[in-house]
Formats: sequence, C-alpha cells, structure tokens
Amino acid sequence: MTDTDANTPRRKSSLLELDARTRKRNAAETRFKVYGLIAVGIGLAFLLALMVAIISNGTRAFTQTFITVEMTLTAEEIEAAEASVLKTGKYKEMVGTAIETALGRAGIDTDMDQKTLLLMLSSSAGADLRDYVLANPEMLDQPLTFDFLASSRVDGYLKGRVTRESLSEDKNLDAAHLDLVDQMRDAGIVERRFNWRFITGADASESRPEAAGMGLSMIGSLFMMLVVLACALPIGVAASIYLEEFAPKNRFTDLIEVNISNLAAVPSIVFGILGLAVFIQVAHLPQSAPLVGGLTLTLMTLPTIVISTRASLKAVPPSIRDAALGVGASKMQATFHHVLPLAMPGILTGTIIGLAQALGETAPLLLIGMVGFIATNAPETLADGFLAPNSAMPAQIYEWAKRADPAYYERAWGGIIILLVFLLAMNFVAILLRRRFERRW
Amino acid sequence: MPAQWTLIAVLAIAVAGYFLGRSRALGRAGGDIRQLHSLPGYYGYNVALTGLVPALLVLGVWSFLRMRGVTAGGTFVPTLLILAVSLGLTFLALSRTGPAFRARNAVERGILWLLIGAASIAILTTLGIVLSLIFNTVEFFRLYPAADFFFGTVWQPSFGGGSSLGILPLLWGTLYISAIALAVAVPIGLFAAFYLSEYAGPKFRAIAKPLLEVLAGIPTIVYGLFALLTVGPLLLTVFGPEGASWMQGGTAVMTAGLVMGIMLIPFVSSLSDDIINAVPQAMRDGSLGLGATKSETVRHVVLPAALPGIVGAILLAASRAIGETMIVVLGAGAAARLSLNPFDAMTTVTAKIVSQLTGDSDFSSPEALVAFSLGMTLFVITLGLNVLALYIVRKYREQYE
Repeated sequence: MTDTDANTPRRKSSLLELDARTRKRNAAETRFKVYGLIAVGIGLAFLLALMVAIISNGTRAFTQTFITVEMTLTAEEIEAAEASVLKTGKYKEMVGTAIETALGRAGIDTDMDQKTLLLMLSSSAGADLRDYVLANPEMLDQPLTFDFLASSRVDGYLKGRVTRESLSEDKNLDAAHLDLVDQMRDAGIVERRFNWRFITGADASESRPEAAGMGLSMIGSLFMMLVVLACALPIGVAASIYLEEFAPKNRFTDLIEVNISNLAAVPSIVFGILGLAVFIQVAHLPQSAPLVGGLTLTLMTLPTIVISTRASLKAVPPSIRDAALGVGASKMQATFHHVLPLAMPGILTGTIIGLAQALGETAPLLLIGMVGFIATNAPETLADGFLAPNSAMPAQIYEWAKRADPAYYERAWGGIIILLVFLLAMNFVAILLRRRFERRW
Repeated sequence: MPAQWTLIAVLAIAVAGYFLGRSRALGRAGGDIRQLHSLPGYYGYNVALTGLVPALLVLGVWSFLRMRGVTAGGTFVPTLLILAVSLGLTFLALSRTGPAFRARNAVERGILWLLIGAASIAILTTLGIVLSLIFNTVEFFRLYPAADFFFGTVWQPSFGGGSSLGILPLLWGTLYISAIALAVAVPIGLFAAFYLSEYAGPKFRAIAKPLLEVLAGIPTIVYGLFALLTVGPLLLTVFGPEGASWMQGGTAVMTAGLVMGIMLIPFVSSLSDDIINAVPQAMRDGSLGLGATKSETVRHVVLPAALPGIVGAILLAASRAIGETMIVVLGAGAAARLSLNPFDAMTTVTAKIVSQLTGDSDFSSPEALVAFSLGMTLFVITLGLNVLALYIVRKYREQYE
C-alpha cells in the first residue's frame, strides 16, 4: 500500500481551489440557470412586444380628423334638397359651398372646384349633415358649426400614415390637397381630436373607414354574453352540484366526467360547426343572431365553468355538510343552504373568467355568420337584440383586418384595445371577488 | 308573440300553484305546522314544479317544431294543450296535497332529476358534435369519393363543380405550422418552467408566472392581427425580396408558427410547472445530498420523473396548435400547397373550414359539405391527442400519490 503511495504522484487538491471538473460542473450549472432566465425573459419580451404593437397602433384609432365649418342653412334650401331625387347630393353641394366660404374667410386661396374640395371629406358628409338637420330642425336659419369627418386619407396624413409619395398613385387625393390641408390646419379648420364615433358608431362600408365604429358590435357581444350568462351559469352550477355532491360512482357518472374533460379541449371551431348544424340547420334559428352565438359559446364555456365550480364546491370542508346533516337537514338542504352559498364567490370568479373567454372567442362566430354583416342601426326591441343579425367585437375586428384599406388596420388595433379593456375589467373583478371573499378553512 | 304569452301564463300558474299548495297544506293541517310532513314551502314547490316542468317541456318541443316550419294546428291548439297540461297537473298536485304527503322528498327527487339533466348536457353536446359531423360527412362522401378526399394532393374548390378536395395539403400545412409552433413553445416553455419552479425566488415567481399566463388569456384574434400586421411584415423585411428573398408575402407558415408558439408558451410552462412541482421533494433532496448540482438534479432526477407528464403537456399543446383557427386564418395565407419552404404561404384544416362555410348558406354542395369532413378529421385528431395526453398524465399521477 505504501509503495503505490510513493510511486504515484499525490493528487493535488485544495479546498480553496476548485479543480477543473468542479469548475466545469459549476459552469454548466450557471449556463442552465441563464437559459432558464433567458426563456422567461423571451416570454415576457413577447408579451411586451404584443402590448407595444397594440398600444402604438391602436391608440390612433381613437382620434380622428375633423373639418370644422360654420354654415347657415335656410329652410328653403332644405325643402328644395328634400324634394330633389338625389337628396344627399344636394346636401353635399351645401357642404362644398360652406367649405369654400370657410376657406375664403380664412384667406386661403385655392383653384380647386367644389367637387375636388369635397374629396377631402368623408363621402358620408352629405348624409351626416342631412341626418343632423332632420333631427334638429330648430337649427335652421341660424349659424351653426358643424364637424365633418375628413376622409381617411386626410386623416392618415395627419397621423403620418399617408405621405405625398404614397398618394402619387391615388385616384382620390393628390399632393395639392395635402398642401391645402396644411394651410387649413394652420387656420384651425382641420383638427384631430377624440373620436366618440369609433366607440359608439356602427361599421361602415369598405370605402369609408373614417366612419366605422365598434358600438353595434359591442351591443352584439353584450347580448351574446347575456345568453351565455343566463344559460351557462345555472346549467354549469347544476351539473357541478350533481357531480360533486350527489353522483354515485357508476358508469354514467364516469361518462359525464370523461365528456366534460374532453369537451374542454375540443377546438373552438368544432363548436362553431356544432352551432351551425344544430341551431341553424336543425332548429332553424336565424343566422347571425346573438342568440345563436350565445348558445354556441354557452356549450363552449360550460366545461370551463363546470371545472371551476367543482373546484370551489370541493373546497368547502366536509364538516359543513356533516354539521348540516347532523342537525337534521336533508342532503339537498345541506347542499343548497350551506355548501352552495359558501362556494358562491369561487363559482362567480370561475363564471367571469369563462365569460371573458367567450367574449374573446372568434372562430365559432365566423361559422354561424356573425361576420361580414353590417348592422347600421341599434336593435330597437329586446327581442331584436337577441334575434336580429348583428356582429360581435372579435368578429368585427376580424372583418376589419381582412379589408384592403390600411386605414382599417388601425381600426382593428383600436378595436382590440376596447376588447382588451373589457377583458381586463372582467378579470379584475374576478380577482377582486377572489381577494374579498376567499376563505381558507 | 303567442309563445311568449303562453310562457308568461305558465309561469303565472306556477306562482299561483306555489301559494295555493302552501295554503292548502296548512289548511288541511288546521294551521298546525307540526301536523305536516314537510315545511309548508315544500308543498308549494311541489305544486309549482309539477305544473311548470312538463308544460315547459311541451312548450320547448312546440317552439322547436315551429322553428322547423311545422305549423300544424296553428297556434291555438298547442297553446291550449300547454295550458291544459299546466293546469291539469297543478290541480292533480293540489288534490294530493295533505299533511301525510311527503312533499320534501317529492321536490328533492324532482330537483335531483333536474341536476342530472343539467349534467347530461355534456353528453348531449358531445353527441351533437359527433352526430352533426357524421351526418354531414356521410352526405359529403355520397357526393365525393372518400379515397380522393383522404389521399388527394390537390385542394382546388370551385363552386361551379369539378373541384379537387384532397385533404393532404391542408394536413401538411396544419402539421408544419404546429411543428414550428411547438419548436418555439416547448424549449422556451420548459426552460421557463424549470427556472420558475427550481431556481426563481418567491418574489420573482409571483410576478413572472402571472405575467406569462397573461399570454394565455389574450384572445386568439389579437394574435392573428399581431401575425398579420406586425410579425409578417417584420419577417418580410428580413427574409423577403430585399433580404434573403425566401419569402414572397407576409403571410407564411413561419409567421403563423412563430405567433402560435408565443401563444403556447404559457400553456406548456404552466402545465409543466404543475407537473414538476408534483415531483416529490425527497427525490431532489436525495440527489442534492449525493453532491449533484441543481442543474444535474433537474436533468437526471426531476426531468425523468416528470417526463410522462411533460409529454402529456406537450401533446395537449399540440392539440391546441392543430385546432387553432384565428392565427392561421390571418397569418398563414390561403394557398393550399405541399411545400417544404417554411416561408411559403400554406393553409390549414381549420382555415379551410372557415373559408368553406362563411358567407354560404347552401349546405348541399360538396364544397360546403367538405368542411364537415374536415371538422370530423380535426375532431378525431384532437380527441385522440387529448385522450392520449390525459391517459399519460393520469397514469403518471398515480405513481406518486
């Protein structure tokens, strides 16, 4: 033994100095840790990129360029316009005259004729004026200040989307218009300001992006959510109570459980096919109706609600049930009088999260026809709200994203901001509910 | 209108039935509540439910038939029938009301059946999905040979007739995009999960984990728009005609795959996180006690122990990727082609379901019916993946419990 000790050189090792192998292992350790940190960082960076893209592109949709003109309309003019065949055409002429006078008053010289000048305005300017006059006849024969929507290209110029070069192939507007717009902006006639119409208005035709708004699709989404709430909450809670409190362990219960866990993972588009086949092909409910959309989304969100409701029922300790049964309550009474109220905050939280999921869902709505439809008027009666064709917020965003005009892209991003605000609010309420009422036993 | 009024009438009868039942029970007992078997309210509920539920069922069937265009008997006969059912059963229940009647048991039995009915809706939904897919698929295969559908390599629908509807290009696009998405999501998600569960301090974890999960809560339409308007043009500047010139347009397999990968990161990371946390601490302690470093413990002990669960999580993510619609509709393009270039525009099963079924209300042509066969294929694939994943996860869980 001592021989070998003498022959082989003793391994140099020191507690103070790391050997090569340990250093290598430590380096691997650090590397692994850094990879993990990088992965988390990439995930968070994607989130940041998404938010930056949404906010930088979307906030512009909330402002719009208006051309403010003072004008006086006489009753005779209106009567003559109403009597003519092309009513909005006559109103357009009035707008054109008003703009010419406004330019003259501001001391801006231009050799453009009325028709060319009107290209700077939204093509709905005449109709807007007519609607206003017919709604406010008392404003006749008085000087009134009217804000006309500028055309989407003028608006794009002020937002930096449209430049003189990009207009060179444009039929509607040319660089001379933009020079005029610059002068008008200095004179205070053209102004960019907050656009309520984007939040409250209806969708517009393809050539008038400046007039399009989210309002009606919000109403469509609202009615859909009412349907989802009215159907999914009671059915989901009833199903969960049965499965959690009453179901015997047998084949039938197993079948239900397997079905629910599978339905939770079925792609949403398949629910769209189901809605199309069952509610429209078989039951002949009207296409594009929020009722059908709501029913389809109900089937889609039921598994989510059942899973979260069961979790909150399970969280109520058995001692509560035992105590109720011990003082003579029936099983049904113990459940409905004691377990259910205690589980209610959890159930509501789960329901709100399910609703938020349904609110953002698009694919099934495309199949039941809630897209491509331009509803121009708000539903007049409650039944109309459920049965008249309408769109929904995500479907409206999809519709805008598909249109060719880049001005609609800006609207789509803006629509996403509105949608995310709703989702954020719902999740915030859910978190608040959980914080406020959560009980640990 | 008449249906609404009938509904209101039936509800009114039920409310009246509640009060009549309650007071009759008390009356028969001579006002002495101790003579009754159940609390007086239960007698009321018994009368109300006995009248209400069957009448509502008849009303539902009638509305369904009317929606289908069956108007036999006008509105008068069905309305009369519903009111007769409601009133008749209400009086029957009232006549049975008495101190000896076990009202609570009757009501609770009724409610139990309602609960069972609600729970069965899950089965009915699955049944509805399967039946609606099968019937329309059979209809489609009557018009178009099944072999051409499953093995055709050309997808060229034309509504005038003579379309080629081969599923292979669509399946290829679906799988290609899903593969890219998983190639993005799985490494990032797994490393993030390991970091968050093994290394991160509680404070970092409390902030980073919910933030990552925000990615999962964002609606897919947002990702679709992000792919179409941000990622697509960005890739185009790098790989487009002015860069590497591999890419012709902003919509491509790569665009959709990348964005879908972002969407799946939190899916992979939180599922894996749960599974990693379920690995018993004793196994880690044993490994660390033998002198292994943390990363060696993760690689040689935690990962093998958690592997079945992680595979399950990846399978679930794959099923999500295959079924995802909005990202591919907006980001992947519309051309169905079999190509290996990830910068080509391709299309998927879900995107074609949307394009074949939107804007067309005529469901008799093979061009519309093919969407149901595509849906059936999608349903079978995702169901298979889900069942497999759940089976693996469940089997794994039993090992450590």
